Amino acid sequence: MVDDQHFAQLKDIVKLYLPEDVSVGAIVEDSNFVKELNINSANLVDIVLDVEDAFGIRLENEDMDKMQTVRDALNIIAQKLQDKN
Amino acid sequence: MLIINDIIKKLPYTNPFLFVDRINMVSANALEGCYTFKQDEFFYKGHFKEQPVTPGVILTECCAQIGLVCLGIHLLNLEELNTGDLQVALSSSEMQFLLPVFPQETVTVKSSKLFFRFNKLKCEVKMYNQRAQLVCKGVLSGMIKNNNI
Repeated sequence: MVDDQHFAQLKDIVKLYLPEDVSVGAIVEDSNFVKELNINSANLVDIVLDVEDAFGIRLENEDMDKMQTVRDALNIIAQKLQDKN
Repeated sequence: MLIINDIIKKLPYTNPFLFVDRINMVSANALEGCYTFKQDEFFYKGHFKEQPVTPGVILTECCAQIGLVCLGIHLLNLEELNTGDLQVALSSSEMQFLLPVFPQETVTVKSSKLFFRFNKLKCEVKMYNQRAQLVCKGVLSGMIKNNNI
């Protein structure tokens, strides 16, 4: 189950770091950040830091390791927000 | 002293592309180091014709080796016992150049950490000449990690 609002927020962050040859339309739940969206490891860190600010959460190294796809990111965000409450 | 020697030893560069002579100070948030540009550095032959001036890209490289890589090695040392090969990559640079640097000048680079997370280090760097004038400044970021993890 994916929260549409979280997805929209995440998409707004991810699109800032897309290479020129990848369109915003390519960002779907199944997209793999590195293999499909061509985001490099340095920009993936930028995405995580922006996600932390946008959602008021903090990710750890193991979350980073698990964050392969957009769906993984949304699951981590949902989990962190739940843990916070 | 041991801490500083350990950083220098782990630097993945060698002549003619090593631009660190000495580290003056290091902490978890900042680092200061020096380099003296030799009379016969390879790039002076072509930059410029018969008028040697240190190229901006080399000043940037010097700032990155001292400000990002030396500080990054120290931060990795603080985090873990590492024995693996170091992997480094510059990911962004935004520099301003204010004064020329000529052969045989000694420059001091001061770096302060903006963040180090998930192996990405972002720093504010400033380079000064012997007269303590600001030569260049900017923000650099890069990835730094040990291969064994």
